Amino acid sequence: MIFKAILRVVSKLLIPPIMLFALYVQFHGDFGPGGGFQAGVIFASAFILYALIFGIDNARKVAPAWATRTLLSLGLLLYASVGVAGILLGGNFLDYSVLADNPVIGQHLGITLIEFGVGATVSGAMITIFFIFAHQDG
Amino acid sequence: MAVTALALVRLRNLFAVVMLAGVFSLLAAVLYVVLDAVDVAFTEAAVGAGITTVLMLGTLALTTSDEKAAPRKTLAPLLLVVATGAVLIYGTMDMPRYGDPNAPIHSHVAPYYLTRTGPDTGLPNVVTAVLASYRGYDTLGEVAVIFTAAVGVLILIGRSRRPKKKRKPADKKEAAQ
Repeated sequence: MIFKAILRVVSKLLIPPIMLFALYVQFHGDFGPGGGFQAGVIFASAFILYALIFGIDNARKVAPAWATRTLLSLGLLLYASVGVAGILLGGNFLDYSVLADNPVIGQHLGITLIEFGVGATVSGAMITIFFIFAHQDG
Repeated sequence: MAVTALALVRLRNLFAVVMLAGVFSLLAAVLYVVLDAVDVAFTEAAVGAGITTVLMLGTLALTTSDEKAAPRKTLAPLLLVVATGAVLIYGTMDMPRYGDPNAPIHSHVAPYYLTRTGPDTGLPNVVTAVLASYRGYDTLGEVAVIFTAAVGVLILIGRSRRPKKKRKPADKKEAAQ
């Protein structure tokens, strides 16, 4: 599909808004529908679109294996360490109220952080699985 | 949705089956929107209709796109499915009416979440608060599941190319000898 001019141009136009929308869904999940899971999938779909149009090898240069694997692990690590931070600061595991002076702000901070962790893991997992299925060393 | 499901069962070309499965997911997402579950609909549309279809197409590229014709002996499974469906429908008879305010699901923890989310977390979206804060353990488990799935794929087929590459020169040497 490398020589289809219309597909190339349109996908180049589409990929930045897709990523922007993923970030919007990620950080606006507290207020509207959305959150880490959806944002991660949308973010991954931008990479998958790029890989479909421009070829797997080019996409691998944009998102190398070490980067997606790191993203995959960092998300879960961030989530769990927010939970452990709750213990260290004197609360229960995954108790966000102690993360800041004000419990409400602490909750908000904790939720934002773990949603970010969820998004990172989901997008990392989706990109990794797609690249492996597409005959490329993940 | 019923028509799509029937077509899914009848079709033999797996490419069309994957596409129809995507259509089915999209219809399910519409159904969730009708039921006011916007977050679930969002997930269904993104994961079910989007990523799953792409992954299935990738799998088809690895395998084959035509289903092998099954030998005809299908009365017993049909009876089993019909019986299970009948029992499930019988089970729904006991469920409270949709939207009934006295239903158990509305009187257990839901009022607590609905009334406490504002003061506790300051978030307008109750779904996010429940998902990330009140049920944080569950979500951590879900993320671990996704992580495990990706690691499983990595281990199973991600590395399979490297040993082959290493083995190839050795094979050539053996052949030359």
